[in-house]
Amino acid sequence: MHLLETKDLGIVFGGLQALNELHMVIDDGEIVGLIGPNGAGKTTVFNLLTGVYVPSGGAIRLEGNSIIGKKPYQINRIGIARTFQNIRLFKNMTVADNIKVAMNQNMKYKILTAMFRLPGCWRQEREVDKKARELLRIFDMEDTADQMAANLPYGQQRKLEILRALASKPKLLLLDEPAAGMNPTETRDLMETIRDIRGRFNVAILLIEHDMSLVMNVCERLYVLDYGTLIAEGSPDKIRKNEKVIAAYLGC
Amino acid sequence: MDFTTHVINGLGLGSIYALVALGYSMVYGIVQLINFAHGDIIMVGGYSVYLIMVMNGLPAWIAIPASLIICAVMGMLIERIAYHRLLVHNAARISLLITALGVSMFLQNSFMLLFGSEPKAMSIFDSQPINLGSLVLDFSTLLNISVSVVMMIGLQLLVNKTKIGKAMQATSEDAGAAKLMGINTNNVVLFTFAVGSALAAVGAVLYCNTYPQIKPDMGNLLGLKAFVAAVLGGIGSIPGAMLGGYALGVAESLTKAYISTRLTDAIVFSILILMLLVKPTGLMGKNRKEKV
Repeated sequence: MHLLETKDLGIVFGGLQALNELHMVIDDGEIVGLIGPNGAGKTTVFNLLTGVYVPSGGAIRLEGNSIIGKKPYQINRIGIARTFQNIRLFKNMTVADNIKVAMNQNMKYKILTAMFRLPGCWRQEREVDKKARELLRIFDMEDTADQMAANLPYGQQRKLEILRALASKPKLLLLDEPAAGMNPTETRDLMETIRDIRGRFNVAILLIEHDMSLVMNVCERLYVLDYGTLIAEGSPDKIRKNEKVIAAYLGC
Repeated sequence: MDFTTHVINGLGLGSIYALVALGYSMVYGIVQLINFAHGDIIMVGGYSVYLIMVMNGLPAWIAIPASLIICAVMGMLIERIAYHRLLVHNAARISLLITALGVSMFLQNSFMLLFGSEPKAMSIFDSQPINLGSLVLDFSTLLNISVSVVMMIGLQLLVNKTKIGKAMQATSEDAGAAKLMGINTNNVVLFTFAVGSALAAVGAVLYCNTYPQIKPDMGNLLGLKAFVAAVLGGIGSIPGAMLGGYALGVAESLTKAYISTRLTDAIVFSILILMLLVKPTGLMGKNRKEKV
């Protein structure tokens, strides 16, 4: 059984077929790239996988169970987390709080416990706080824990988004252009980190990226979209030589 | 009476505004809705205490928690029945506002139908003057101030230190991203209404204890002033709502003492207008810059 499987997945926006019959599989622990020219429908795929859009047709299965019709927060809880193309951190909350919010569903106490059984609740809060700080260590960001997220430099904001997504313990992590706006050194670091995260959290990663060196280096398999249709799939080497892909990118 | 006494009395009155203002501010912070029915929750709280204490003769320690629960449930019902569908379908702000006014009228008129329109007398605690050195203060004033401070601290802890509080902050900042981080934003909204309404019930108990009568339209002016307090402090900000409430109470009390009793309301609303001219975001409001 695949971790994620889409079949004939498609969505229509008022007459425009934004995505057409997408077949895609991702297995445990894989790093898969989703590439294509601007407007090819890559972010649309992410929005479908996370329940933001409801598909017009087709199936999405996570570990064999359909997730169509589930709400975004439910999909997050069963194991798909994501980052955003344009950073959407909770900017006026601290760095640690951003992560703790995403850890929410792993905490056991409910509102009533929080109101009436304070000691147990505070103990869990402390544990979550500790875990949040441990998570920050992955990116050497533990000393930023108590800063407002808005005050972080751009690169660290991108990293915090990844950590916030990881905090909800996903089985599949969707990264939407994680290297956007990063310089070559930061991008190289990010590549290392993505591999490291996969190993450490035992998570499969699907990433959208325009930086071809990152995609070709870090991904084991690629899917290429153009005008909402899958035009190629396979290993980076195979994709590099694919004529359709070259045509799509060069526009001839 | 000297200046200090007037200020303390003002703080006592301001405590009630502050508690009610918190509800306006919290709901606004989460769903950007000015819940004009919030003032009427005070009235519902007042009548619940009346129903339990005066009509059924039960003691205050039953009536007060019961009225908190009744108001919290009422707040949640209002959210589910009146606002929920509008919020889920991203209805225009103005539709929400008009719905809120409708809910307010519905509540006032239903209670007029149930209990009649004439004011009813009710006292909750015996209020004796207390001598503190040279100051002579009402027990109710001190009760108001201490209860409001405790509530404020509790709310701060709830919002900043607990899971649901962080979910509230996250929902307030970016509901879309919050959903994708596993937060059930519908429940967060519901919880916010419950907490806001329970605080209004606390305000109602203190108000009825200070001015021992209730009537179906008692929420109008009180709600409006609490709304002014919320705007004054910076709507959406919890410490701001408290600060706005106290400031308004003190301003009112000093106006009554040194200027004119009849001009109180005029002056209170003038303060609001001045504030909006000078600092439109309120005392502690954040300036939300839109990135283009």
